[in-house]
Amino acid sequence: MNLGPSANLAVRGVAKRFPAGEGEVVALDSVDLFAAAGEFVSLIGPSGCGKSTLFNVVAGLERPSRGQVLINDVDLGDRLGASAYMPQHDALLGWRTVLDNVVLPLEVAGTSRKQARQRAMPMLERFGLGEFAEAWPWQLSGGMRQRTAFLRTVIAGQPLMLLDEPFGALDGITRADLQEWLSEVWAEFGATVLLVTHDITEAVFLSDRVYVMTPRPGRVACVLDVKLPRPRRLGQREDEAFQALEARLRHELAAAMVSSH
Amino acid sequence: MTVLAAPRPAKSAARTVLGQPAPGPSAVRSAGKWLRTASPPLLLMAAGLAIWQLVVTADSINPQLLPGPWLIVRSTWDDRVDIWPAIGVTTEEAVLGMAVAILVAVVIAVSIDSFRSVRGSLYPVIVASQTVPIIALAPLVLVWWGFGLLPKVILVALFSFFPITVGLVQGLGSANPDAVNLLRTMRASRWQLLTRVRLPSALPQFFTGLKISVTYAYSAAIVAEFVGGMQGLGVYMTQAIHDAPVRMDLVLGAVFVIALLTILIFVLVGMIERVAMPWRPRS
Repeated sequence: MNLGPSANLAVRGVAKRFPAGEGEVVALDSVDLFAAAGEFVSLIGPSGCGKSTLFNVVAGLERPSRGQVLINDVDLGDRLGASAYMPQHDALLGWRTVLDNVVLPLEVAGTSRKQARQRAMPMLERFGLGEFAEAWPWQLSGGMRQRTAFLRTVIAGQPLMLLDEPFGALDGITRADLQEWLSEVWAEFGATVLLVTHDITEAVFLSDRVYVMTPRPGRVACVLDVKLPRPRRLGQREDEAFQALEARLRHELAAAMVSSH
Repeated sequence: MTVLAAPRPAKSAARTVLGQPAPGPSAVRSAGKWLRTASPPLLLMAAGLAIWQLVVTADSINPQLLPGPWLIVRSTWDDRVDIWPAIGVTTEEAVLGMAVAILVAVVIAVSIDSFRSVRGSLYPVIVASQTVPIIALAPLVLVWWGFGLLPKVILVALFSFFPITVGLVQGLGSANPDAVNLLRTMRASRWQLLTRVRLPSALPQFFTGLKISVTYAYSAAIVAEFVGGMQGLGVYMTQAIHDAPVRMDLVLGAVFVIALLTILIFVLVGMIERVAMPWRPRS
């Protein structure tokens, strides 16, 4: 299922200011971030730390006020279409079946729907969605909606994937299952992933590196390397090394909150 | 009425389905449901007609003043050779007018949704235009476009396009911004955004507007015929009034027919709505 090479991502000194009344709000203040090709990198921080803004800048939905975003060492300027984006709420189109939601990126890129469906069907099977190909989104459970949205992201075949709190709306059990599942699937397709989360365990479990962000203005407070063996299993969450990393991250987040006041 | 969109089941209810496509209601069950929904209003109407008939018969009211429902139905049936072609003419005007209204509404709503300048300039003007009494325009429309089919179609369209336009504009604006952004990250064109996200999002409100509009269509066509028509139900009514002695039974018969036709077209739109949006859960 290798859908193409992964890309490296470099965010350099990115700032984003929004006009607000007479003044302006500094959402991001000089953020630096790096993800090597094939790495899984997470952004964690309290709400209001500009994670989503940074995400929108990387995805090309918003332009930075300052700084550069390089994908494979090139600043494309207009980055729309350079990465696959999975929004926070699944954003499945209610008038399309599961299959037709999944093929959306291929269709937008110009593949005929019939061809796109043929390509998607085996992947649906692999993602455990085969028998729901013709179901409407409202008929799915929350976990299956997220799988569908994730498959839609994967099938785009982009070397860089941006996941915005993909499991945020799910209950704990479903979430843990999907995290393990995502870890497995990612190992196979090997794209570079940038994940936004506010869940410490999730960040440690999935990532090679975690960036901790502070709010108002959003900036990177510290970077934490996660050198846990892969493939990762849910049982690893009980390990000492895992819990030490969690504690460290919790501590950094708390410190980040204090320093921002 | 059953044709109104069925309410979506609560999310939690849908979740319990856990991915299994919901079992479609059997024909028997949906027929039973239809009977339950339709019988109270039908009974109420039947009671009203019965009282009307009783009062007319008991007080032996002059049928030229107020005929009973039975006489109305009988006379109209006896006159079917004349009223049938009139129905055809007026229906043609109403349906063509609705078609023009839908076309105009789509063009206006999509441009309002696509261009900020149009939203700022045209939308307020269209809203304000609804203060113009369209009935008062009927004679002018006839002066300008003659006594044929065209002025009737124009008048029906004038009456009908506004609710459809407003429904569409609101529907297009109600598209989920997450979905719009998602398509943007795929480098979707404006056309793709419109056809893949905005228009499908707008369908429910479009049909709400359309259902309001279709109830105007026959009335508008008949007003146009009153003012200057050669044929159609409006002309049929005018002639029945001018008959000596006055044929009140036929005038009211035409009113019955118009009401029935409007209900029919309303139900038809409801059926089209269901076919056009197969993804909507049926309760």
